[in-house]
Amino acid sequence: MKAYLALEDGLVFEGEGFGAEGEIFGEVVFNTSLSGYQEILTDPSYKGQIVTMTYPHIGNYGINPDDAESQHPWVEGFVVRELSPVVSNYRSEMTLDAYLKKYGKIGIQGIDTRKLVKHLRDFGAKKGVLSTTERDPKRLVKKAKESQSIVGIDLVKEVTCKQPYAFKEGLLEGFEWGRANQKIFKIVAIDCGIKKNILRKLNQHGFDVKVLPASATAEQILAEKPKGIFLSNGPGDPSAVPYLIQAVKGVIGKAPIFGICLGHQILGQALGGTTSKLKFGHRGGNHPVMDLATNRIEITSQNHGFVVDVDSLKKDDIELTHLNLNDKTLEGLKHKKYPLFSVQYHPENSPGPHDSDYLFDRFHELVEQNA
Amino acid sequence: MPKRTDIKKILIIGSGPIIIGQGCEFDYSGTQACKALREEGYEIVLINSNPATIMTDPGMADRTYIEPLTVEFLEKVIEKERPDACLPTMGGQTGLNLTVQAYDKGIFEKYGVELIGAKYSAIKKAENREEFKRAMEKIGLELPRSGFAYSVEEAVRLADEIGYPVIVRPSFTLGGSGSGICFNKEELERTSRLGLDYSLTHEVLIEESVLGWKEYELEVMRDIRDNFVVICSIENLDPMGVHTGDSITVAPAQTLTDKEYQRMRDAARKVISEIGVETGGSNIQFAVNPQDGKMVVIEMNPRVSRSSALASKATGFPIAKFAAKLAVGYTLDEIPNDITKYTPASFEPSIDYCVVKIPRFAFEKFEGVNSTLTSQMKSVGEAMSIGRTFKEALQKGLRSLEIKRFGWGADGKDKIFETELKSREDYLAFAAQAPQDEALKDEISRYIAKPKDNRIFYLKYAFLAGMTIEDIHRITHIDPWFLVQLRQILDLEKELLAAAGDSGKKKTLLKKAKQFGFSDRQLAFLWDDKESAVRAFRKSEKVEAVFKLVDTCAAEFKAYTPYFYSTYEDEDETIPSDRKKIMILGGGPNRIGQGIEFDYCCVHAAFALKEIGYETIMVNSNPETVSTDYDTSDKLFFEPLTLEDVLNIVDREKPVGVILQLGGQTPLNLARGLVENGIKVLGTSADAIDRAEDRDKFKKLLDKIDLKQSPNGIAYSLEEACRVAAAISYPVLIRPSYVLGGRAMEIVYDEAALKKYMAHAVEASGEHPVLIDKFLTEAVEIDVDLISDGKISVVGSVMQHIEEAGIHSGDSASVIPPFSIKPELVSEIIEKTKQIAKELHVVGLMNVQYAIKDDVIYCLEVNPRASRTVPFVSKTIGIPLAKLAAKVMAGHSLKDFGFTKEIVPDHVAIKESVFPFVKFPGVDIILSPEMKSTGEVMGIDENFPKAFYKSQDAASAHIPEKGKVFISVKDGHKEKIIPIAKQFHELGYPIVSTRGTAAALNQNGIPAETVLKIVEGQPNVADLIRNSEVKLVINTPSGKGPVLDEAKIRSLAVSFNIPCITTLNAARAAVSSLEAVKSSGGLDVKALQDYHPNLKIAGSNPAGTIERETMNR
Ligand SMILES: Nc1ncnc2c1ncn2[C@@H]1O[C@H](COP(=O)(O)OP(=O)(O)O)[C@@H](O)[C@H]1O
Ligand SMILES: Nc1ncnc2c1ncn2[C@@H]1O[C@H](COP(=O)(O)OP(=O)(O)O)[C@@H](O)[C@H]1O
Ligand SMILES: [Mg+2]
Ligand SMILES: [Mg+2]
Repeated sequence: MKAYLALEDGLVFEGEGFGAEGEIFGEVVFNTSLSGYQEILTDPSYKGQIVTMTYPHIGNYGINPDDAESQHPWVEGFVVRELSPVVSNYRSEMTLDAYLKKYGKIGIQGIDTRKLVKHLRDFGAKKGVLSTTERDPKRLVKKAKESQSIVGIDLVKEVTCKQPYAFKEGLLEGFEWGRANQKIFKIVAIDCGIKKNILRKLNQHGFDVKVLPASATAEQILAEKPKGIFLSNGPGDPSAVPYLIQAVKGVIGKAPIFGICLGHQILGQALGGTTSKLKFGHRGGNHPVMDLATNRIEITSQNHGFVVDVDSLKKDDIELTHLNLNDKTLEGLKHKKYPLFSVQYHPENSPGPHDSDYLFDRFHELVEQNA
Repeated sequence: MPKRTDIKKILIIGSGPIIIGQGCEFDYSGTQACKALREEGYEIVLINSNPATIMTDPGMADRTYIEPLTVEFLEKVIEKERPDACLPTMGGQTGLNLTVQAYDKGIFEKYGVELIGAKYSAIKKAENREEFKRAMEKIGLELPRSGFAYSVEEAVRLADEIGYPVIVRPSFTLGGSGSGICFNKEELERTSRLGLDYSLTHEVLIEESVLGWKEYELEVMRDIRDNFVVICSIENLDPMGVHTGDSITVAPAQTLTDKEYQRMRDAARKVISEIGVETGGSNIQFAVNPQDGKMVVIEMNPRVSRSSALASKATGFPIAKFAAKLAVGYTLDEIPNDITKYTPASFEPSIDYCVVKIPRFAFEKFEGVNSTLTSQMKSVGEAMSIGRTFKEALQKGLRSLEIKRFGWGADGKDKIFETELKSREDYLAFAAQAPQDEALKDEISRYIAKPKDNRIFYLKYAFLAGMTIEDIHRITHIDPWFLVQLRQILDLEKELLAAAGDSGKKKTLLKKAKQFGFSDRQLAFLWDDKESAVRAFRKSEKVEAVFKLVDTCAAEFKAYTPYFYSTYEDEDETIPSDRKKIMILGGGPNRIGQGIEFDYCCVHAAFALKEIGYETIMVNSNPETVSTDYDTSDKLFFEPLTLEDVLNIVDREKPVGVILQLGGQTPLNLARGLVENGIKVLGTSADAIDRAEDRDKFKKLLDKIDLKQSPNGIAYSLEEACRVAAAISYPVLIRPSYVLGGRAMEIVYDEAALKKYMAHAVEASGEHPVLIDKFLTEAVEIDVDLISDGKISVVGSVMQHIEEAGIHSGDSASVIPPFSIKPELVSEIIEKTKQIAKELHVVGLMNVQYAIKDDVIYCLEVNPRASRTVPFVSKTIGIPLAKLAAKVMAGHSLKDFGFTKEIVPDHVAIKESVFPFVKFPGVDIILSPEMKSTGEVMGIDENFPKAFYKSQDAASAHIPEKGKVFISVKDGHKEKIIPIAKQFHELGYPIVSTRGTAAALNQNGIPAETVLKIVEGQPNVADLIRNSEVKLVINTPSGKGPVLDEAKIRSLAVSFNIPCITTLNAARAAVSSLEAVKSSGGLDVKALQDYHPNLKIAGSNPAGTIERETMNR
């Protein structure tokens, strides 16, 4: 089955389709992780995006029930150089192909993914269409052009939970890492598209977690009497979720806050800063981030297209805590008066290295100090 | 943190000669370290006994000591130079072991030298299996169950507890020397006895076997602030049980989920921290049970390694260079990533291609060797290849190996046991019949059950015989993911086969075939066509190679370093400049007969051509080398050295010419093809190459200049061979035509032996005839290297071999200047060599070998290319011959450099060869016309005895100061040994001999104790060796073959690390050197820079130009 990927600026690739058939739109981005495609597929932050894996062999170890970060894949489409025809792993229960079929996701393989990635790098992330039904390049490009941009679109409401729930689950057996805290505090986690491993990590580090939808108001949050508030990752443009920014403004100073990724951007905006879109984003598991307090470097897992603008933050109130060493963008901040901090990257990883687990401990300490 | 300013002078320890398990990867790492630290302003002192390295070029370090890597000489260098610090992690296991020994003797403390990179305690913890085990337990990591044994009995007891099979692993060895897999008590006794002996600490680990598990390696780095990065993960295609050095390996890991991978990464981090490697690179090996994911640690190397060189080339992240910078205090974030420039080195490379490394073996060189692959490394080199997929990389890798294969079979070279598939018809017939042949299937099953050098090809035959992925997985434990990749290649191959004659189908399959790595040669086979026709078809269809960048970051950032590999996709990333370019073809994987020396020459050419303004393009497939460092040339193409692959690059880059003569025989073999394709070969012409290599033309050439050749003939059949041999009279030297390294060359004494030879020589020669020469007995062999610009020729040096002709020039010790030849003869040799050069219109380098018998000069062969001895000669006379050669090939004249006449040094330099026998227990160590050595060392001093003594020390054949000498020689030598034995006696060495030799000695008034031969009962000579009662063995062979008693003696001596001399000449040299060294009261060290005080080292050039002052006048 032939499949086509077309970008708004006219670049078209012909490849072989896998997974489901049909036609989908999304922002075309790339991820440089060598492993972890299952976690990437199921990360709700990829809502609205067609993800290209830079490593050519994908699907090698199949799909297993444990490594999903949510109930189902969220990417709009998946682009790989070569899909593995077999799976080789003792935990695998399904091929990647079958998995995408099951959830109606379209994949394309056999294209020059490096060319695509270089294009995105040089010209920025692009709107695109992935189709197994339309074969006319011109029409595809036109469709891509006319598709919706993710800027200014509230994707959070598509991925957040409908109802509040309590989360209790340990880390995967055999894959435990990091230190468990004994003293337990109740916190609220705002679900903007939260990854399972964040919740597991919060549990492990001594938090009793109640998950609230992203639409929760400050009152609803505080009504839970949380000892801490966690703001999760999520898809798209932070400016498109003013209600959440509003809610966060209302809880600042009332309980310690820890934000990750979109949560960090929301916090940045709530603190009066601005956000903007990166040319092609940070997506991968190898970004060096420096903790400016210790000068230690963490290799981090990242997935974001927007950033908090460093210069937009009031220096009197806000301390910049983490820096991306590749492009010197802001990776973390904390407030000088209020007990809150946030990072742009993913200390829970999944996928990615485990270098940043200390942040959960930091949150625990902060909560303990303010309890 | 900024770099340290409290240290100024740093000593770097090299790794010594190339041996199995320690190839030229340490020249790469050592060279990088020298460059990196000098760049930072440190003064570098280097000790390394290997003259063939770039690192020992006088321009690389401030003070270069080509001296033996022993504690004694290390101390002398330290005493003289007084370095502030020593970086021990660049010299492989040799460097680490030497460091530990010197530390234990208090030498670093005595001279106040600080170890940087890895502290003593860290080295100990990582290298001592017991301490390592304890450390791993402490951090909660599992190892295979094991226990330590200090005697064979203990080993057996432990094995009973653990259960067979067990792995025996000696502490403190390299390349797994002395290790082995034992399936029963008998094997264990044998292996543990050897292992105990190999271990510096007389300790072996008896370990639970995890045979068949998946094997992984992580290359990691850590800095002083505890920042930690994984540079590369490597997965072995061959599961546990085959040494990683002998396994086909793939980067990155393919079959680990992120959860499993991160668990391994966490473990690696814990390991490096616990072991205490504060700064630098380490290699950590793991095994993973495919059934349940259980992971165990196998070992860690607290230093740069073969795998770190591989990882550097695979990712573009120069581990050794950065390790050196970390050692002087920098942190990873302070070092910029060379390739991306604007991002720091504190990240983990991401790659968007697949890398395959395939080992190169040389079993054919060692009669009677067991070629099953085990936990002890046996390969002599490796090729690396890069493709966008595993399939592409594997096929490219196989055609990089220089084993005359052009991919994963279907190249006319397939051979299934005795069945050869030379044509498409053969292949079709086999594929049709094999699935019905149950006996064949059984035979293949049995064959692939044991890992062997050619198993990868047999996996294909297994598929062809109808075995399934499951079948093969069950037998070999190779991961199904790899097997399915192979299956995909085969499935496409079948489609291709069916498409022959149908150009429409061919067109649709063509691009996919190239993406799967099929070479034009394979397609030609499958389509029953010519390679050139496939190429033309391909070009007409616009299916052409594109080149992509190795950029450390999967294209996330712009890359500034032009390091390329080919593939078949849409976008090409080369940006050919309009500068004048010269392309240099490297030597491919290291193997016996073609090693680091050629890489040295290629690197010099790159440096030289850069100096005179050319853009240089390097092509090579050997990841261990300096030539494949992206710093060496302007552009690097990591590609197989086949005509197709080279033409693809030429098409794109359009160089003004190609240099072939520096990369050894590999590029030379491409001469004709390149010329046919209209490409200019720089230097000596392809025609001249042909004149030197073609038997008849060569004869005419020699006749013309009145130079003798030993009587010879050529034969295409057994009958003819017998006739020719009889005509020129025995003994004769027989060999297949067109070979390097004396491959399959043998001295034959009678017709019976000739017949035996002919029976198995066919394999080596294919359709080529055999050449028969009269064997010149007891002749002196001479090697000559010459450089010519087409007008003037200068002989670099005339070298006299210590061993007589009949022992391959690559295996004998070689002396500059000649020590026992009449000066007239030397002059005549120089004259004749120049005449040959003139006749051949040599431009560049040429090597000629001669034999002198009864004062008559015979020419043995002419190699119109750089030879193995070029680096040795260059360092001895202080002239960078390879550099000059590159420049004259680019049109300069020798006059430009003022190098117009021979230099006769007033010191003596001796190149000694180093052999891999210790890895092949039981193999006879006698030397022959077939080259067997893997590397070389150099001894340099004011006179012959001293230089010889050093060369022996450097080659780990230390001539003992005292102790019993065992002398046993063949009848023909009984008289000649007398004066030698007499000298030993007079120097106070007690002599023991077998009956015949003892009688001869006693008759001549030399006391010699008699000892039994092995067959004569016990106690015998073997016991003397085992108990280390004799310290030196002198044994000249009376016959050939591992079955002989004397062969056992020799091989035993090697196993027990007792120096064993097998020729009279070497024995004579040994005793005379002993005498001289004893009387002169010890040996001194002297830096190369002091031997050549006139050398002007141009500081402006990082590559380290060396020019003689006189040369510029
Ligand atoms: N317990 C074991 N069971 C099976 N194979 C083993 C075991 N330990 C080591 N090996 C094999 O032996 C090889 C060499 O062992 P290693 O400890 O890495 O020694 P070296 O120092 O020679 O690299 C490994 O690459 C692996 O394939
Ligand atoms: N006619 C001969 N008599 C004695 N020894 C010879 C003769 N020809 C070759 N040899 C020996 O065989 C070795 C290998 O032969 P050579 O022609 O140099 O092959 P290669 O191409 O492998 O270097 C030489 O180094 C020399 O020692
Ligand atoms: Mg190892
Ligand atoms: Mg020779």
